Amino acid sequence: MAKRVMDSSAGDGSQIEIELKDPRLAAFLAWLIPGAGHLYQGRTGKGLLFMICILGTFFYGMYIGSGRVVFASTADFFPKRIAVQGGASVRGRWLEFVTDRWQYVCQLGVGLPAMPALVQRSRIRNHKAPLFGSDLMRPPYNAIYLPPPAETDLYFKSIDQTDANNTVVHPDEFSKWNYDYGENFDIGTVFTVIAGLLNLLVVFDAYSGPLVIAPHESSAQTSGNKKE
Amino acid sequence: MFELLLANGDPHNWLLAVMSIARLWYALPLIVSVSLVCAATRHEEMNAILSHAARFALWIFVFMGIILGVILFMSWLQ
Repeated sequence: MAKRVMDSSAGDGSQIEIELKDPRLAAFLAWLIPGAGHLYQGRTGKGLLFMICILGTFFYGMYIGSGRVVFASTADFFPKRIAVQGGASVRGRWLEFVTDRWQYVCQLGVGLPAMPALVQRSRIRNHKAPLFGSDLMRPPYNAIYLPPPAETDLYFKSIDQTDANNTVVHPDEFSKWNYDYGENFDIGTVFTVIAGLLNLLVVFDAYSGPLVIAPHESSAQTSGNKKE
Repeated sequence: MFELLLANGDPHNWLLAVMSIARLWYALPLIVSVSLVCAATRHEEMNAILSHAARFALWIFVFMGIILGVILFMSWLQ
């Protein structure tokens, strides 16, 4: 079991010893469910704090964005060669999965709560119905590459927000979501992205203990990871 | 924002201004969450975490206030 020794906050020169039980497993658990790694290590207070703050931020963002803001790109993870006219072949853009929806890479930092988006991505790419018949975390449809199952009007048209008699036609469903949910779509995205990025700090904390930026000279000799 | 509040008392402008101020409330849960998590990754004891989080939240609040002030000043210059 790894241990970490650091100065106590009491300011009396005393030190506290943190037992970092199985750092690798704890880091994995911390990524999978925010706070779970700390609970596994017996650091209950911090575990609950991380769980409440990060999951609260993530699900509040989901609520603000009506469940639409967390979705994965339908691009290939690894671009394949595609045959084109004349017998030549071209490869899709590298990292298109990331550049197409980089926000999801950040959101994936919260682990399990963002995973259904990958399942939805896989189902939509294979032209299957969304998971449990729900549109939660489903990638947006596109008239050319990813056509909706039926009723295209439902996916690409909105009612004009200033005049209910008019209809707004969108090029794809992503544009419709931006139009329909307005600023809430962006705010929800920001909340969920920040939740994912914060959990990366938590993963490091589960692996190696609190980050001490500038340890005192006297304690620097005794600080650091020790193996029993 | 403030120009809207001061603009000829039109109720529509007042509504827009109030809406833009209400949007700032979304920052509050983010500041609380970010400051608590960042503080907790630097300390192990709850008292130290809470005091660090309070200082950090104040720092973020002041920083955001400065940015807001700069933006308002620049819009006033236009």
